[in-house]
Amino acid sequence: MNAMFKLADSKAPRLLRFPAHSIAGLAGTSFKHEHLGAILAERPAYGFFEVHAENYMGAGGPPHRALESVRCDHPVSLHGVCMSIGGPQRIDAAHLGRFAALVERYEPALVSEHLAWSTHQTTYFNDLLPLPYTEATLARVAEHIDEVQEAIRRPILLENPSTYVMFRDSTMKETDFIRELARRSGCGLLLDINNVFVSATNHGFSAIDYLSDFPLDRVGEIHLAGHAEQTDDQDEPLLIDSHDGPVADAVWTLFDIVLGRCGPIPTLVEWDSKIPDWSVLKAEAMAAQAILNLHAQTAAFGSTYATR
Amino acid sequence: MLPADLPSRGGREKPNYGAVFSSALLDPEQATPECVAGLNGKTATKRYNVYRNNVTLSLMEALASIFPAVQRITGVEFFRAMARFHVRANPPRSPLLFEYGCDFPDFIERYEYARSLPWLADVARIERAWLDCYHAADAEPLRATVMAAVPADRLAELVFLPHPAVRIVRSSFSAVSIFAANRNEEQTDQIQADDPEDALITRPAHDVVVRHLPAGGATFLTRLIEGSPLAVAVSAALEVAPIFDLSASMAGMIDAGVFTTINDGNPQ
Repeated sequence: MNAMFKLADSKAPRLLRFPAHSIAGLAGTSFKHEHLGAILAERPAYGFFEVHAENYMGAGGPPHRALESVRCDHPVSLHGVCMSIGGPQRIDAAHLGRFAALVERYEPALVSEHLAWSTHQTTYFNDLLPLPYTEATLARVAEHIDEVQEAIRRPILLENPSTYVMFRDSTMKETDFIRELARRSGCGLLLDINNVFVSATNHGFSAIDYLSDFPLDRVGEIHLAGHAEQTDDQDEPLLIDSHDGPVADAVWTLFDIVLGRCGPIPTLVEWDSKIPDWSVLKAEAMAAQAILNLHAQTAAFGSTYATR
Repeated sequence: MLPADLPSRGGREKPNYGAVFSSALLDPEQATPECVAGLNGKTATKRYNVYRNNVTLSLMEALASIFPAVQRITGVEFFRAMARFHVRANPPRSPLLFEYGCDFPDFIERYEYARSLPWLADVARIERAWLDCYHAADAEPLRATVMAAVPADRLAELVFLPHPAVRIVRSSFSAVSIFAANRNEEQTDQIQADDPEDALITRPAHDVVVRHLPAGGATFLTRLIEGSPLAVAVSAALEVAPIFDLSASMAGMIDAGVFTTINDGNPQ
């Protein structure tokens, strides 16, 4: 916690260019350009939107116009997808510079990245690739998080991955690895409950046990999403984190359990492929909001990381 | 300092997990890396193939979204085969996917199975330029009133500053008509494919606009964009196209937002 406050204090006071909408206790959705008209037509404006940072790293044009208009009316969550924080090589300084510029420009309520990597040398693989959990990778990833947090002058939320393979070299449990990363770097956590369910099924552990072991006190955002079902080499079920459909019933149940333990936390419904009409995506977010509201009535306070 | 940073102590350094894991992602001939396992340490070929599929298919989809007219012309199956070759041979060098596919038009030009569609590469060049234009920096286009205020005796020496979003694609084929006919899902009439057409791609307000340049227009604008004075650009255009229409081209370039400011040689 100390590291977080140190980072927050070092932020120089400045004038906000956008309204400081609170994100506490809200549900949100991925922002897709095809929904822009429908979103802007909604009155009153409600909920938050999450954008993939890389889609807004062009110099100008319609993407920035769209994000500016969404940001005027809503809190925005800036979600980085390809910083390669979990990779063995150094963070790409140019990419980090672009990321920091977006944080400065759009004043997002939340900033997050993944415990994964996507670039090796100069090749970008456009997927969230896994890493072994060892003392060596722990030290390296903690350094990467420090570097990102120093560049943007605020803590990030680090997202737990969905994975399809284990590394033979791993010596730590994922929850221990993540807890220690948060302790060393002062980062918050983005708990992707669909990822927990997907990984638990794929690797034969209990999602409930994982959540009991997860440092819920550091969670500043929750992700929900749909997944697809396949089978592995031994014909065991293998779930794919596809983000192309509604949230599964089992994931809704886990969501309710998590909120019962830590109160309402900003919650995003991700939908990135086979994108439905706005009304369908909005209905998913409203379902999440209803569960958040139930827990808000009983919770004494939200997470530290959830408030601006 | 971590082990990966230490200089090699004789012999070869053990490759890191990034090198090992990524080695077979784009190469279906390579075996599954031995560093990964499934349940209880069992083989994980199908599991590793999830990553292979994610990488290759998502990059093929990225190309399809950047080059929709090319995909409509070739059909989905043909496009996917061509895109798969390209993705494996030329994966992205940047995490910014909207910059991907800059070398795809050249790849199409050399692609054996696309030889019967000689204009396909130029259509791809227009689509790639369209996305560059879409993401380019914002700037206010030159207003007609500013041009109209220039004294006649200064016109010949005028120099123009190009808008960051302007692109020109020249083609020996009817690339602009073919692009326009295939960019949307509309039914199209037969197009004569071998009338040379040059494309002007600009973003005068919020949206990208693709125009078919008249004879001499591409030479004229290219010279101006390079910084030649107006008189030099006009001479160059007339040399390649004696029918070059200066007043129509000037009106067109203002309307299209090709330039942002003018410099008549006198500091303002």
